[in-house]
Amino acid sequence: MTADKATAHHTADSSQEKDISKPTGVKALLIEVAGMTHFSGRFFKEAFLPPYELNEFLKQSYLIGNKSLPLVGITAFIMGLVFTMQSQPTLAKFGATSWLPAMVSVAMIREISPVITALICAGKVGSGIGAELASMRVTEQIDAMEVAGNRPFKYIVVSKIAATIFMVPLLVIFADGIALIGSYLGVNLSGHTAFNVFFGHVFNKLDFIDVFPAFVKTFFFGFAIGMISCYKGYNSNEGTEGVGRAANSAVVIASLAIFIIDMIAVQVANLFN
Amino acid sequence: MQTAIDNKITDQKAHSAEEVVRIEHLSKAFGTHTVLKDINLHLSKGENLIVMGKSGTGKSVLIKCMVGLMEPDSGSICIFGQSVPDLDEKELNDVRKKIGFLFQSAALYDSMTVRENLEFPLRDDKEIKSGERAKMVEEVLNNVGLLEAIDKMPSELSGGMRKRIGLARTLIQRPDIILYDEPTTGLDPITSREISHLIVDIQKKYGSAALIITHDLDCARITGNRVILLDEGLVIAEGSYDDLKDSNDERVRDFFK
Repeated sequence: MTADKATAHHTADSSQEKDISKPTGVKALLIEVAGMTHFSGRFFKEAFLPPYELNEFLKQSYLIGNKSLPLVGITAFIMGLVFTMQSQPTLAKFGATSWLPAMVSVAMIREISPVITALICAGKVGSGIGAELASMRVTEQIDAMEVAGNRPFKYIVVSKIAATIFMVPLLVIFADGIALIGSYLGVNLSGHTAFNVFFGHVFNKLDFIDVFPAFVKTFFFGFAIGMISCYKGYNSNEGTEGVGRAANSAVVIASLAIFIIDMIAVQVANLFN
Repeated sequence: MQTAIDNKITDQKAHSAEEVVRIEHLSKAFGTHTVLKDINLHLSKGENLIVMGKSGTGKSVLIKCMVGLMEPDSGSICIFGQSVPDLDEKELNDVRKKIGFLFQSAALYDSMTVRENLEFPLRDDKEIKSGERAKMVEEVLNNVGLLEAIDKMPSELSGGMRKRIGLARTLIQRPDIILYDEPTTGLDPITSREISHLIVDIQKKYGSAALIITHDLDCARITGNRVILLDEGLVIAEGSYDDLKDSNDERVRDFFK
């Protein structure tokens, strides 16, 4: 049986089988992991084979970036400002205030900004994708594409996952910049530091090893958000109740995946450090 | 000047007695609950076959098996001589392009306008140029009497209009077979009758075969050339609408009361 048919059969059949044999516990977890692995494999297989859904990819990239930009910007600004204001008194006690820009930039760029931005995207984008796809499943829109021979997996899933892989790193770069501006304003709330002096300190203390691993892991964050939310939505099969459940579990599992990827990324980066 | 659709219609009418679907010994169970037991049926070109039965007798499961959305446990489904459960993805998609499927909810794509909904099934056909595509959209919308709704979103349409647009979307692929899943459910009697007559008009114009699942006796009477009645996963009666209506079988009579 082909992958396409297998998924279609799985989703259609399982809606009627759910009350008969719904696995629980470790078995359910293993089935979920196997399902996500198969789903990811299918994404990579279809992503590199023509025809390419370039227009849909660009549309999704615009929607994902545009939707998240204000929230990511405001959060990053507040993070930079608050982190600076909280750190300043402690550094002042040790006479190390001049290290503030360097400390803030390393903390923001290496860790805080990628993780917080990814979590915001998991909440905002992940829940949206999960609910949208689950709703399309419930209203038989995905089945309609399938029976018309329009390859819904490629059109909906591949373009959405590719867009999150592409947009999350861009949003993180944007968040890094806004957080540093917030930090600069935080420094200037209790004194005066010139713009070029502050950013001179920021960039002097940043190394390749600070920036590169942090940038690379954001692609994995994007993939996790897109893949998990699409998987939960595409395979939703419990009616309208399943729409809410798909959105909720997309956020919860994607958030957990972000922390796990971050932990692995830190270990891998330390190996090369 | 003859259009591509006109040519197709002429071609379809020339082979009106040809069998397009044959289902033999089909069965499907969910866990311990058997929905379809040993179903046998056939559908000929240009014929409207009605499948009736109580809720839960597996009518929708039957047509989902036909388009590969579900896999039967046993039996064979042959469409245009090809065994559907044995097809690979590409072959299945090729067969699906010859089949139109009108879902009970019409299943219009929420995020697209009516025009985009209708153009979507044609997106892989690179031979159709955008001007020709626009003409085809207008032609099928004219056929269902809703040309004025071309730039509306599905949320702006009534239930009956959604069904018509759903039907237009199946027609734009010029299918040889159309599967209707309860086409009149949820509609008022007048709109139901309009949809039923539209189904007959489409059969006459396009010469396509249709398998219509319905509970609506009026729809079955207006649209059906032949009716089969399912009960507990089995075909318990087959014939014309009038034959079944006058049947001596109590289960059949109960249904037609």
